Amino acid sequence: MTTPVATREHAEGPARAEVPGCEPPENPVTKFLRTDRLPHIWCAGCGIGTSVNCFARAVDACKIPLDRISVVSGIGCTGRVAGYLRLDSFHTTHGRAIPFATGLKLANPELKVVVYSGDGDLTAIGGNHLIHAGRRNVDLTVICVNNFTYGMTGGQVAPTTPLQAVATTTPYGNLEEPFNLCHLADSAGAVYVARWTTYHVRQLQKSITKALQKKGFSFVEVLSPCPTLYGRRNRVGDGLAMERMFKERCVVKNGAATHDTAFDALAPGQIPVGDFVDRDRPAFLQRYNQTMRAQLGDDFMPYGEPEIDARAEADLFAGPEG
Amino acid sequence: MQADRIGVLTGVHFIDGDFAAAEGAIAAGCRFAAGYPITPSTEVVERLASRFPFVGGLFIQMEDEIASSIAIQGAVWAGAKAITVSSGPGISLMAEHIGYAAMTETPCVFVNVQRGGPSTGLPTLPGQADVMQARWGSHGDYGIIALCPNSPQEAFDLAVTAFNLAERYRTPVMLLLDECIGHMLEKVVIPPADEIEVVPRKLTEKKPGEYLPYLPGENMVPEMVKAGMGHRFHITGLTHDERGYPVMTAAAQEKLVRRLVDKIRLASRDVALYEGRWLDDAEVVVVSYGITSRVVHRAVEVAREHGAKVGQLRLKTIWPFPEHLIDQVLGGRVRSIVVPELNLGQLVLEVERVVRGRAKVVPIGHAGGTVHEVGVIVEAILEAGK
Amino acid sequence: MSDATTSEIRIAGFGGQGVILAGMILGKGATIFENRHATLVQSFGPEARGGSCSAQVVLSNQPIAYPYVARPQVLVAMSQEAFERFAPDLAPRGVLVYEEELVKVHDLRPDLRSFGIPATRIAEELRRRMVLNIVMVGFVAAVTGLVGIDAARKAVLDSVPKGTEHLNVTAFDKGCEYGRRLITGGPAGEGKA
Repeated sequence: MTTPVATREHAEGPARAEVPGCEPPENPVTKFLRTDRLPHIWCAGCGIGTSVNCFARAVDACKIPLDRISVVSGIGCTGRVAGYLRLDSFHTTHGRAIPFATGLKLANPELKVVVYSGDGDLTAIGGNHLIHAGRRNVDLTVICVNNFTYGMTGGQVAPTTPLQAVATTTPYGNLEEPFNLCHLADSAGAVYVARWTTYHVRQLQKSITKALQKKGFSFVEVLSPCPTLYGRRNRVGDGLAMERMFKERCVVKNGAATHDTAFDALAPGQIPVGDFVDRDRPAFLQRYNQTMRAQLGDDFMPYGEPEIDARAEADLFAGPEG
Repeated sequence: MQADRIGVLTGVHFIDGDFAAAEGAIAAGCRFAAGYPITPSTEVVERLASRFPFVGGLFIQMEDEIASSIAIQGAVWAGAKAITVSSGPGISLMAEHIGYAAMTETPCVFVNVQRGGPSTGLPTLPGQADVMQARWGSHGDYGIIALCPNSPQEAFDLAVTAFNLAERYRTPVMLLLDECIGHMLEKVVIPPADEIEVVPRKLTEKKPGEYLPYLPGENMVPEMVKAGMGHRFHITGLTHDERGYPVMTAAAQEKLVRRLVDKIRLASRDVALYEGRWLDDAEVVVVSYGITSRVVHRAVEVAREHGAKVGQLRLKTIWPFPEHLIDQVLGGRVRSIVVPELNLGQLVLEVERVVRGRAKVVPIGHAGGTVHEVGVIVEAILEAGK
Repeated sequence: MSDATTSEIRIAGFGGQGVILAGMILGKGATIFENRHATLVQSFGPEARGGSCSAQVVLSNQPIAYPYVARPQVLVAMSQEAFERFAPDLAPRGVLVYEEELVKVHDLRPDLRSFGIPATRIAEELRRRMVLNIVMVGFVAAVTGLVGIDAARKAVLDSVPKGTEHLNVTAFDKGCEYGRRLITGGPAGEGKA
């Protein structure tokens, strides 16, 4: 396993000149960070830190109390996000952030639960959970940092790796066509789907804000450079070169049908970005409560309401054995 | 603390072990369950799915056992008592998350209604071949508690106990039924709520900033917390320090993993539940658990009618293995220990390890699919007593 | 069995006949409504309908350690296959109870007694073929006395879906009545007691 070189730059922003008697204003993102855990493990030029910056600002914009938000990550470079955020945070197992988050959310509906993980974690090993959470419309926000490869294990092919790209496990080029993640999330039933890159920091922050405010399953794909293990190997260049590539090739197509948003990161051509899907559908718990209320009437006790009342005295269950 | 009466179906019932385990979970305060259908365990979650909406609980059928076994842990960190249920192949899929629960010290209950294996094996028929899997099923070193009921009544009782031990030791607990107990109907008496002891989740009372999620407390067990309390804690399956932060060193590994193992090892005497019969004059002792113990019950009666001085030690707690009970048994006149199980020799390895040659140990393996014939065990007892 | 208060019963037929429910009602009658003890071990094939299906029931005044039935005192056979397979296992002087239109009894050991009932036809006369198992339970209770009639009737009420109580109790009573007449040598049957 390769541990990328640590750097402080992304998390703390550029150094400020110290002016005597004039304290620099606190970086608005600092309160979100476990500064005692820095430096982080991400490489110079990696986009994950940038996405975290956007996320923190989006949470600020939503004014969600920080004690009420939980972040759940899987395994991988992006899987380390949970560990750097000064929130209730869960670094789970590989691919299983979404089902963990499902349990967390359903067992305390008052929490705002965010899944923050990478493309390999969420769409390969965790792909089944992704589509089922979308289908169920569990009230979760999923932020998927897509850097086209497995970074932490050293640059293997992922379900998002472009055709013909070189990875350590496809030394002669990738044979498999990649997923269009936004189309996948849309098809599964997500109520909000957006794609941006780490170049589009303002738009990304806005979309994460919308995703956090949306009731139901929201999915934000963040295209991000992995200079160390993807860019270098595929002659895309360093982090800066990849950001430049995003700038030049991305075309904003808000509201585009997601089946028209596929792209090939290695070949020339447009990369569609934007807010693609924004619709309403009852979230899992909403439908659960409605259905149970309709079926069981006053006998229904919603989750988290264990008050002892008159119902306790009645025969609560007239099942087959009485 | 007593059980919340809203969840307790006080009265006399004629139900199977699967239903009884579900009722035990509800009585223990479990209000979240996730599962995936698999014979012969499905009735447990079917029961929960029908009962939970009446008692403020929630069941969700997940897309697979992997998802189920981690969803319950999410629920636990939101403050719920939670359970997942499966059988052989499904438990194999859950294995990684049993380790995650051990590593993160997430109190939860895994039910395994054992069927014949390996692989798809005998879905509708019994086995007891997941005994070692219960102990060692996940990778790495950890301790775990596993309980083996031998009746629907005990499936109820030990489901309550499983939740209580999970809370007391902040550990996953396995409740190991077998197809026979799971599908057998018998009288189950559910006592009034105030006669059922329930251990509540002990959440920290420390202020944010003072609480450390992995600072060992009483019995080496750290205090528990839940999301939303303001502690902004971190949980990881990586080797971690008392703050819960990852630390990739041999020293941190030694400190953490040794505590995880010792925590359960030292609890061995406190959690060892068992039943003994005719042990006082016994020269032969039959050690058994689960459905096999009911066949042994008959076999011991028959062998005693034949004049054999035979006793029975029935283990309700199989993990941590109750070494002291085997030592106690050996204190008497025991020359042989007979160990029938519906596998080809699993828990007998533990018996042999503890006996260390002080008595003859006779395994009676059976590949599963049904129970032992009484005569086979009787014969082994008579032979061992010669 | 080691004591006279213990009875072992096998109920067998094919899936969909309600074999397990029939056993469950007997067990429930004994445990919940007579405060005795009962065990029921079920075995069935993987198919939900049509496969062979059997229940082993033990009833006793004392707790039951061993729940398996090798040589039952009573066999309730609801299919030909069940009869062929299990009748030879009946204990000496055991009782065979059978669905007489589905089971053709032959070569019965002379020490056995047998009682037949056209349970399916009776159920069909009630316009619900599915209650044949309840008819059978009433019949079994009447001819064997394994479980008291009152306890068995209460167990029926306690086991059937809401809204079907009247139908099921009627089915039970029909089976019971048929059995009583058979025992007392009434016109209904040809009990070979």
